[in-house]
Amino acid sequence: MIEFIETTKEFQVGQSTVKALNHINLTVQKGDIFGVIGFSGAGKSTLIRTVNLLEEPTAGQVLVNGINLTSLSKKQLREEKKKIGMIFQHFNLLNSKTVFENVAMPLELAGTQKTIIESQVSEVLAFVGLEDKANRYIDELSGGQKQRVGIARALVTKPKILLCDEATSALDPQTTKSILELLKRVNIEFSITILMITHEMEVIRDICNRVAVMENGQIIEEGNVLDIFSAPKEDTTKNFVQSVVRDDIPLSIYEQLKENNGSKRVYNMKFIGVDVGQPVVSQVAKRFNVDVNVLFGNITELQGIPFGHLIVELVGPKAEIQKAFLYIQHKNIQMEEVSAHEGERANHYRRSVGYAVHG
Amino acid sequence: MKVSAQIIIDAVLDTLYMVSISLFFGAILGFILGITLVVTRKGHILENKLFFSIVNPIVNTLRSIPFIILLVAIIPFTRLIVGTAIGTTAAIVPLILHIGPYISRLIENSLLEVDEGIIEAAKAMGASPFQIIRKFLLPEAFPSLILSVTTATIGLIGATAMAGAVGGGGLGDVALTYGYQRFDNVTILVTVVILVVLVQIIQSIGNSFERKLRRVS
Repeated sequence: MIEFIETTKEFQVGQSTVKALNHINLTVQKGDIFGVIGFSGAGKSTLIRTVNLLEEPTAGQVLVNGINLTSLSKKQLREEKKKIGMIFQHFNLLNSKTVFENVAMPLELAGTQKTIIESQVSEVLAFVGLEDKANRYIDELSGGQKQRVGIARALVTKPKILLCDEATSALDPQTTKSILELLKRVNIEFSITILMITHEMEVIRDICNRVAVMENGQIIEEGNVLDIFSAPKEDTTKNFVQSVVRDDIPLSIYEQLKENNGSKRVYNMKFIGVDVGQPVVSQVAKRFNVDVNVLFGNITELQGIPFGHLIVELVGPKAEIQKAFLYIQHKNIQMEEVSAHEGERANHYRRSVGYAVHG
Repeated sequence: MKVSAQIIIDAVLDTLYMVSISLFFGAILGFILGITLVVTRKGHILENKLFFSIVNPIVNTLRSIPFIILLVAIIPFTRLIVGTAIGTTAAIVPLILHIGPYISRLIENSLLEVDEGIIEAAKAMGASPFQIIRKFLLPEAFPSLILSVTTATIGLIGATAMAGAVGGGGLGDVALTYGYQRFDNVTILVTVVILVVLVQIIQSIGNSFERKLRRVS
């Protein structure tokens, strides 16, 4: 659907050349909700802009439906651009026009008949839930409503691809959620492929099925969202994953461990794409002569699959704890023992992550 | 007062005549130059270094000549265009050349205030450069353009007063020939009051129009 082949973009800044995109190779499949995440300055904005030629690559190609847009005539290019909708962080709507006029704009530019414009605009406004706001002006709307207008405007030409440039970054968490749900409906109901860039891992977690991590104009890691969340390789990726799925162990638990070293042992159970529906914890308590205390937990959902970790304390005779440990591992749940001296290392790690995220 | 009411009324009409005709043509000139200055600048939709580097200094040059000098300096040109170098109609030629570049700078500023994101959205929709100007830039800048034209109109009233120097007629002419040269302070006062009222009216019309466009009550 969208193919980046050795895509490179260089900017001339004074005397020096900055590579905003450095030989990008990436494929977005039809039906994907593909997220590109990175810190600001990573080049993700430039990347998404090469798809509809808001930025022209200085080397390499971008193929949209197998077509290299730079090879097209102006007229053909205008036709192709109708198949690519785009929404923006700051909405970029016309304040001088009503909601209806804003949404109608792409059709008006194409010289569409008035009656067709009217029916198509009403249709998309109903889809985004703003049919009663058609005659309002943009500055009378809330941020979430503005983005809905942006989405309606992008959809009115019935595109195949929707580009989202930090579409939720200017919105509060509640509104972000509702906009993401709307985008998911766009993806499912109209089978529109979505390419989105963001710096928020929550966005990737909530709606993307594939993700690429960008740094210094390069893709440093790419894959299925579930795979990236469960086994991030690069440090930047780990930081992003940590920002939504905290798998570090609270200090209080290390403190407890220091105090007693008897028959208690603490484990970190990691659920990665397994059915947590099975009552592992209670089964362990019934089958073996151990008590299971849940000390801490963080389970979230990724594409309908539970994902996260539980910190449990097993209390009982050594042999029984060992049996329980093997039983849980047998259930395809990763299980690691938490030891007291790990706490020291964890502290250092957390500090360095903190710097990376804020710096 | 040593002048009749008829002379004053004629002078007001002459002033309005000069202002409206030169505003009309000056605005056309100003819009063309102003839009050109915006869209041909670096990084804009019709970037054209050569064009920009020709138009920009021309506008600057015309802007830097004091009107009273421009008025006299282009007499041959004026004669070529309207056939005469004296009278109300003759004053219109230098007035246009004076106000056109002035309006172009005001329009340039108004258009540059339009958020770049709007242009980006327009490009993403596949709008042509002409469509971007017509459907995005001008409507978005419209309230601000109204204020620019209002400012220009008031500047123009001031300039018409100097047109008296070439026998241009109008309120300025009356103030000079009857008031200043014949020591008739009442006439000067009357013309000044009329000019003040005129400026007040134009400014209020411009402001209320702009507020209406921005839907501020």
